[in-house]
Amino acid sequence: MTSLLDTEEEIMLRDAARGFLDGAAPVSALRANRDAGRPCDPGLWREMAQMGWAGVLVPEDAGGAEMGHRAAGILSHEMGVTLAASPFLSTAVIAATALRHAAGARARDALAGIAAGETTYALALDEGARHLPEHTALRAERAGNGYRLSGSKTFVADGTTATRVLVLARTGGVPGEAEGLSLFDIDAERAGLSRARLDTVDARDHARLDFDGVEAIGDDLLGEVDDAMRLLRPALDAGQAALAAELAGLANGVSAMTLGYLKERRQFDRAIGSFQALQHRAAHLWAEIEVTTSAIANAGRVLDETPDDATLAVSLAKARAAKTADLAVREGIQMHGGIGMTDDHDAGFFMKRARVGAEWLGDYGYHAARVASARGF
Amino acid sequence: MPAPAIEPEQFRTQISDWIMDNCPASLRNRPMSEDSIVWGGRRWTFRDDDQRLWLERARQEGLTAPRWPTEYGGGGMTRDQEKILREEMARLGAPPPLESFGLWMLGPALLAFGNEAQKARHLPPITQGEIRWCQGYSEPGAGSDLANVQTRAEDMGDHYLVNGQKVWTSYADKADWIFALVRTDRDAPKHKGISFLLMDMETPGITTRPIRLISGKSPFCETFFDNVKVPKENLVGEVNRGWDIAKYLLTHEREMIGGGARGLLGGRSLGAFIDDLDDGALNDPVIRTEAMAAEVDTLAFAMTMERYKDHAEAGGGVGNASAMLKYYGTELNKRRYELLMSAAGSDALEWDGPHGTLAAEWLRTKANSIEGGTSEVMLDIIAKRVLELPSA
Repeated sequence: MTSLLDTEEEIMLRDAARGFLDGAAPVSALRANRDAGRPCDPGLWREMAQMGWAGVLVPEDAGGAEMGHRAAGILSHEMGVTLAASPFLSTAVIAATALRHAAGARARDALAGIAAGETTYALALDEGARHLPEHTALRAERAGNGYRLSGSKTFVADGTTATRVLVLARTGGVPGEAEGLSLFDIDAERAGLSRARLDTVDARDHARLDFDGVEAIGDDLLGEVDDAMRLLRPALDAGQAALAAELAGLANGVSAMTLGYLKERRQFDRAIGSFQALQHRAAHLWAEIEVTTSAIANAGRVLDETPDDATLAVSLAKARAAKTADLAVREGIQMHGGIGMTDDHDAGFFMKRARVGAEWLGDYGYHAARVASARGF
Repeated sequence: MPAPAIEPEQFRTQISDWIMDNCPASLRNRPMSEDSIVWGGRRWTFRDDDQRLWLERARQEGLTAPRWPTEYGGGGMTRDQEKILREEMARLGAPPPLESFGLWMLGPALLAFGNEAQKARHLPPITQGEIRWCQGYSEPGAGSDLANVQTRAEDMGDHYLVNGQKVWTSYADKADWIFALVRTDRDAPKHKGISFLLMDMETPGITTRPIRLISGKSPFCETFFDNVKVPKENLVGEVNRGWDIAKYLLTHEREMIGGGARGLLGGRSLGAFIDDLDDGALNDPVIRTEAMAAEVDTLAFAMTMERYKDHAEAGGGVGNASAMLKYYGTELNKRRYELLMSAAGSDALEWDGPHGTLAAEWLRTKANSIEGGTSEVMLDIIAKRVLELPSA
């Protein structure tokens, strides 16, 4: 397998992304969006699309940049550093990967829409408080040439802003079984689908979606009936790896802010960063971030080189990233002291997004158990 | 044996064929135990003939020091070739033919800092397993504050006169030679008056005394120097510049100690190890949870070792990050041994019980985060040199 180090091209991509995001999507932009009740900034996504980020996983013949999962991880990481809110994960990573595996002219058109920045997606998956795709109960019942979808989804990222929705629905079997699930790709404005924004701590777009006999025609079925996992598994792998990268970026972002504060804040006539109690904790955090960085790089590499066997690498990355981001934000607030508890300070934004990111697409326990199972226990 | 410039896959085939033809069957896939390590040296006795045969065959091909120049008995391999060799040895269950502080520490130091005569004299006996070396760094007053060495080497014109005491000298009672940090200038700032000196342990005035540890073993000694006359040609590098060599070796040592965590399981999962100890232990929810977390961290740490290896190979070196590898790897290793002890329950409590010497190994890991720089010193290094946090 190739090296875990960034190539020269990857370093350039990272630097370019950093430069762009520092200007276009600093943490203050997230604050402004929150204060205005806006989940994200559509103008930002248009610019990202123009730079090829929307098409990072879209094949060149569909107008994409086809840069691969390592590149997607780099972009996601950099977005995490300043908490940039965008449809990147839902659309450019998860939906694009599912559509790539669906193949066919219809999927190709959808991918072209993603690469152009015109189509955005939300993945409507979980129905309860935990990430458990197999527990899907939302029903898709045969009706004429198509289906009717009934049921509810919750914690749907980008659920109110996306133009299309990927819905995991049960066409057979019972909740708890991986068989009998199908994936539908429907217009977000379709009759019978109501979307309600959840006022989540990270101030981003999360929604509850209610399906009341929503019509899905045959063309809306992505892949084969009862075979959603063939598309969803790789899509979730890609999404989990990119989310892990975002969390690692978040850890780096809050840790840089904290280190800056340790060097500048003076108490007892000295910089607080000169106290060994704080130095050792900062050093330990840096060690954890380094170890997590390796797991993230490895996940991107495995997804690019041996994607059929990515479960271990992806879950390892997501488990590590959730834990490391948690440590980074807790240390961030504690080391900032009282100022870190105020809404005026940015540290809290990192803590809130880290909490959401830890839950989305499977929490630490979910992924650690998958690692253990892949390792034979 | 393979010529240097061949395709990696061809090299792999040749190496694995050679191992299968030459490594005695009795040594392959044998569980690691203390008597399976061959240290070599003047007074070495092999456990059995197969051990001796394996060393003789391997050293003939330069495999005891795969990357050292062939003129010193090394294998002249590239990094990639050495990696393939190690992978094939692990895959075929072939043990290292020889391990020693000469191979790990002194050899690399001489290759980097030694003169031609020193290399020609000292490297071949290391690769052949004829001379066993020990390391004389720490002193009673120089532990974490290593640069505070007080053992003196006085310039007597045609030789140095060494007086003082070292402590934690690994296997000094079994070693033939020692490489030591000695003070050659008492007036200079403490880092600037240290030199790197080689001494034959048979020189009059050198005595050793083993230290009994909590594990019941005595891998370390106190070593005393009483008017020891050392030829001047035994000083490596420049006089008073020994700290440069010490730092170089410490970086090397930290990477190695940190890397031990990866070698420990040889790719096997912690779950598999726990199952071997007690096949019901993983049903205990606390053991299971902790084992899963330790497995996650172990795999991510192994990738970190790989990433830093890649970095070093790309010419970037590892530098101060070796402190992180040492800190993380040793703390992880201690955590894993605590888990293995919990999993084995009361069966692990005998010195030589159903699980062999697990108890002694568990106790031995407690030194991991002390030797070669404590975890706290490693965190200091990261805080000051990597994170650039201010001094008090």
